[in-house]
Amino acid sequence: MRTKVMKVLGSQAFWRGIVAIVVFLVLWEIGSRSKMWMAYEVFSPLREALGAMGFKKNYLPWVGAVPAPSGVVMAWVDVLGHAGYWQSWYMSFLRVIGGFAAAMLIGIPFGLMLAVNRVAHGIGFPTFEVLRPIPPLAWVPASIIFWPTQELAIMFITFLGAFYTIVINVVGGAKSIDVRYFHAAQSMGASRWDIFRRIVLPGTLPSIVVGSAVGMGITWEVVVAAEMISGGGSQMGGSGGGLGFFIWNSYVGGSYEQIVVGMISIGIAGFFSSELLRGFGSLLTPWLKVR
Amino acid sequence: MADDSANRVQAGEIAVEGVSKSYGMAKMQKEVVRGCTFTIERGKLTVMIGPSGCGKSTLIRLLAGFESPSAGRIALDGEEIRSPSRDRLVLFQESALFPWMTTWNNVMYGPRARGEAGPETVEFAEFLLQKVGLTEFRNKYPGQLSGGMQRRAELARAMINNPKVMILDEPFRGLDAMTKELMWEYYSRLFEENRRTNFFVTTDIDEAVFLADRILVMSNIPTQVRAEIEVDLPRPRRLADLVESDRANDIKKQALSILHAEAMRSFSRGSKAAADFVEAYLKRESRGS
Repeated sequence: MRTKVMKVLGSQAFWRGIVAIVVFLVLWEIGSRSKMWMAYEVFSPLREALGAMGFKKNYLPWVGAVPAPSGVVMAWVDVLGHAGYWQSWYMSFLRVIGGFAAAMLIGIPFGLMLAVNRVAHGIGFPTFEVLRPIPPLAWVPASIIFWPTQELAIMFITFLGAFYTIVINVVGGAKSIDVRYFHAAQSMGASRWDIFRRIVLPGTLPSIVVGSAVGMGITWEVVVAAEMISGGGSQMGGSGGGLGFFIWNSYVGGSYEQIVVGMISIGIAGFFSSELLRGFGSLLTPWLKVR
Repeated sequence: MADDSANRVQAGEIAVEGVSKSYGMAKMQKEVVRGCTFTIERGKLTVMIGPSGCGKSTLIRLLAGFESPSAGRIALDGEEIRSPSRDRLVLFQESALFPWMTTWNNVMYGPRARGEAGPETVEFAEFLLQKVGLTEFRNKYPGQLSGGMQRRAELARAMINNPKVMILDEPFRGLDAMTKELMWEYYSRLFEENRRTNFFVTTDIDEAVFLADRILVMSNIPTQVRAEIEVDLPRPRRLADLVESDRANDIKKQALSILHAEAMRSFSRGSKAAADFVEAYLKRESRGS
C-alpha cells in the first residue's frame, strides 16, 4: 500500500495532472477577474476587439461572467455550516440510491431473462427497445402526473436512467459468454440451472459491474435535472429539494458562487458513488484483477 | 490411490460408421466429412492426423454430440450418440477453463454440478492435481496460469469425470516446443497409468508417433480415412528413445508420405497451405531423414 502511494507520487503523470489542475484554476481566477484588469489602458485594443465581435467590452466573454474559484471556495465554506446544504446532499442521495437500487433489482433479472430465454427475448426486447430511446427527462411530466408523490416521480426518473444501461449491459454480457464454456459445462453433466448459476451469472458479472457504474453516472445526471424541473419537492421547504434544486435555487436567488458549489458537489457525489461501485465490483470479480 | 483411480476407469469404444456431414443447402452445400468409418478402440490411444482445415474439428463436434451427422451413425458401446455427455469429454484447442473459478473449483466443477462431490472425489481431485503438477496452483485463477499449466488443469478437470472416452482436439497447439514435449510426457504418463480410451487429434507427426497406439491418417476436405497405422512401440515411452528408434522413424515416414500424397492432390486444386507442406516435405526428404 505504502509503496503504491510512493509510486503514484513519484510518477510524472501524477504531477502533470496536478500542474494541469493548478494552471486551470489560476487561469480561471484570472479570467473571472477580467473586469478588474481589463480596465487598464493597455487592454483597450482587446476591449475594442471584443466590442467589434459583439461581446460586452468590459470583461472577457463567458469566463469573465463566471464566479472566481476563490469566491466559490468562500461560498462553499459558508454553506458547509448550513443544514440545508447537507439536506440537499441527503435528498439527492436518497433518490439516487432508491432509483438505482430499483434499477438493479429489476434490471439484472430482467436482462438475464432476456439473455437466456428466447421466448422472453421475443416478448420483452422489442418493447424495451422502443421505450429505450425516450430520454428519462421526457418522462418528467408524465411521471409527475402518474405517481402519487413527487418523491416517487423523481425516483422513477432516476430509475429509468440506470435501468436501460444496466439491462443492455447484462444482455450484452450474458450473450458474449464464449460458447466453449457452455459446451464444457454441458459435457460435464451440468444441469441448466447449474449452468445458469455457475457459468452465466459469474460470466455476466463483469458486465453487470460496468453497467452499474455507468448507470450510476446517468442516475446523477438525471436526478439533478429532475429536481430542477419538478421544483425538487418544494413541500420540504426551501433548500430541502436536493442538489439540483440547490443549484436552481441559487440561480433564482442570484448567488452565482453557490451555483458552482452545487455543480462541484454533484461532481464529487457522482465520482464517489461510481468509485464505490467499482471498488465493490472488483471485489466481486477477483479473477479480472490477477492478469 | 493410483490403483484406486485406475479401478474407476471405464473405457468405452466408439464406432463411427459411414458418417458424413455437410453444411448449407442445395447449391451452397459443402461436404466436410465424407463416409468416415473407423473405430476408437477400447483402452487405446487413437491419434487422428490430417492437414489443417480438413474437417477434423467437425468430426470432433460430432463425436462430442454438439452436432449430429448428416448421414451414418456414431455409437459409444453400441449406443447412438445424440447429445453431449460426460461419457465423452472434449478438450478443445483453446482453453475452456472457467476464468471465474480457481484451478480447484474448475477441477471440481463436474462432480459438483452432478452432486457427486464427496470426500472420495475430493481425494481424487487432489491426486489428479498432483499428477499434473498443479497442487501449489490450486487457488490460482486460470489467468494466473501459464499456457501449459492451463492445459494440464484442463486435463485434470476432464479426467475427474471418469469419461468413457477422452477426446482431445489439438490440445497442445500454440505451446512452445519445450512446453509441448513436457505436455506429451505428462499426458502419456496419465494415459499409461489408467488406459482410458483416448482420441487425440493433431497436425503434428512427432506428437502423433510419440503418443499413439494407432494413427488414423485423414484426407483433405471432405475428410475421409486414408490409412490406419499401428504404432507398436513399447510403453512407457520416452522422447529420447523415440528419436533413435528406427521403427518410430519408419512410421513417421509412412504417415508423412500419405500426407504428402494428400497435399499434392489438394495442391493441384490450388491450396496454398498444401504448397507449404509439399515444400517442407521435399526438404525433409533431401536431408535424408
